[in-house]
Amino acid sequence: MARRYDSRTTIFSPEGRLYQIEYAMEAISHAGTVLGVLAKDGVVLAAEKKVTGKLLDMSGAKEGGYGGSGEKIFLLNSNVIAGVAGITADANSLVNYARTAAQRHLFTYNEDIPVEMLAQRLCDMKQGYTQYGGLRPFGVSLLYAGYDPHYEFQLYHSDPSGNYSGWKATCIGANNGTAQSLLKQEYKDDITVEEAIGLVLRVMSKTMDSTTLGSEKLEFAVLTLDQNTKRPKAKIYKPAEIDALLQQHDLGKKDDDAEMTGA
Amino acid sequence: MECSFALTGKGYVLIAADTTAARSIVKMKADEDKIKSLGPHLLMAYSGEPGDTVQFAEYVERNIRLYQIRNLYPLRPASAASWVRRALADSLRSRSPYSVNLLLGGYDTATHAPSLYWIDYLGTQAEVPFACHGYGSYFALSLLDRYHDPEASLEEGLATLRRCIDEVAKRLVVAPGKYKVKVVDKDGVREIEL
Repeated sequence: MARRYDSRTTIFSPEGRLYQIEYAMEAISHAGTVLGVLAKDGVVLAAEKKVTGKLLDMSGAKEGGYGGSGEKIFLLNSNVIAGVAGITADANSLVNYARTAAQRHLFTYNEDIPVEMLAQRLCDMKQGYTQYGGLRPFGVSLLYAGYDPHYEFQLYHSDPSGNYSGWKATCIGANNGTAQSLLKQEYKDDITVEEAIGLVLRVMSKTMDSTTLGSEKLEFAVLTLDQNTKRPKAKIYKPAEIDALLQQHDLGKKDDDAEMTGA
Repeated sequence: MECSFALTGKGYVLIAADTTAARSIVKMKADEDKIKSLGPHLLMAYSGEPGDTVQFAEYVERNIRLYQIRNLYPLRPASAASWVRRALADSLRSRSPYSVNLLLGGYDTATHAPSLYWIDYLGTQAEVPFACHGYGSYFALSLLDRYHDPEASLEEGLATLRRCIDEVAKRLVVAPGKYKVKVVDKDGVREIEL
């Protein structure tokens, strides 16, 4: 019987593995790529959108939400943005939980939740689903880009098992191996946000399947420190801003591409 | 009667509290420490209903310690003050409220700034440059208003504090005899002999 140890999350296989969790991780490695790079003066996140199409109503994306299409990059709190890879429905539920946890911390302590603590809150919940019976784990990995006065800019990754770790640059989702080896080659300490934006876009264009990058396939966000208020400033790019950014880095659609399709 | 004073200066917060433990008209003890250190850079002076004070202070102390054990870094002074205020406000609305007044002084190692919070038993909280609780406040607040300097050195701050204590000793019929003085700055918490 092949399905003896993998139908329930709480049962170890004789080799000591939890198959449901490994399957959840497998699901994530087919999801759209999410990339995060930590710079000395900010954090950059980029995500590949999978649900696209001419008929998809994107009118909400122009102004709505916190910018972006709201498919993969979310504002969890004024000092944390997250990129998600995996089952979007599970992710929505986790994002909602994270926002509640952040507000609860604000209520009790009158300060923004420290980034690691927010990651811990979510991981406590994710871990619970690997242990309590009858439930499946969350099929979601997250990248958290945040700022707090304790450790300043931070980048964390959490997976369905409830493990989390801090990173200088990392990637989840499809082709994460390629992206990570590219990041390993090109990342250097003391990188600035501007350089990090370039690096993220470059790696993203190499790992994504499509030949040209565009706002319909890409979500992008940067967390920096507002120089006037000294508070974290999360900017999730709107579609038009993403296209402008891509043009600026010579990665956008060329005008002659448009002419060729027109011909 | 119980008196506690606190003032901020350049990179430090000074907190002084009398050391008498009284019951009715009888002094039971003259060396009671009413200033707890809640962390490496956080001090709390407490006064009010005897019994409530120690009980509540220990409750706060343990919870702040728990936060530090769980998260490896301590609560920052502003957050600690907010948490303590909420604990008092919740207690006020319970069947048996704590009747405790607090002065919370801390040094924020993230922003390198000292801060002082005045909290009363009703759950009122204010960030202030100087503060008092008890009858001493009727004399000391006007002095502090005149002589407090947020840029004062520790010696100057201690001189201002001495002025307050002397004035209270001179004018208040039920003035306490002895005070304990503690300071918190970038190096942490320590006691100072007046």
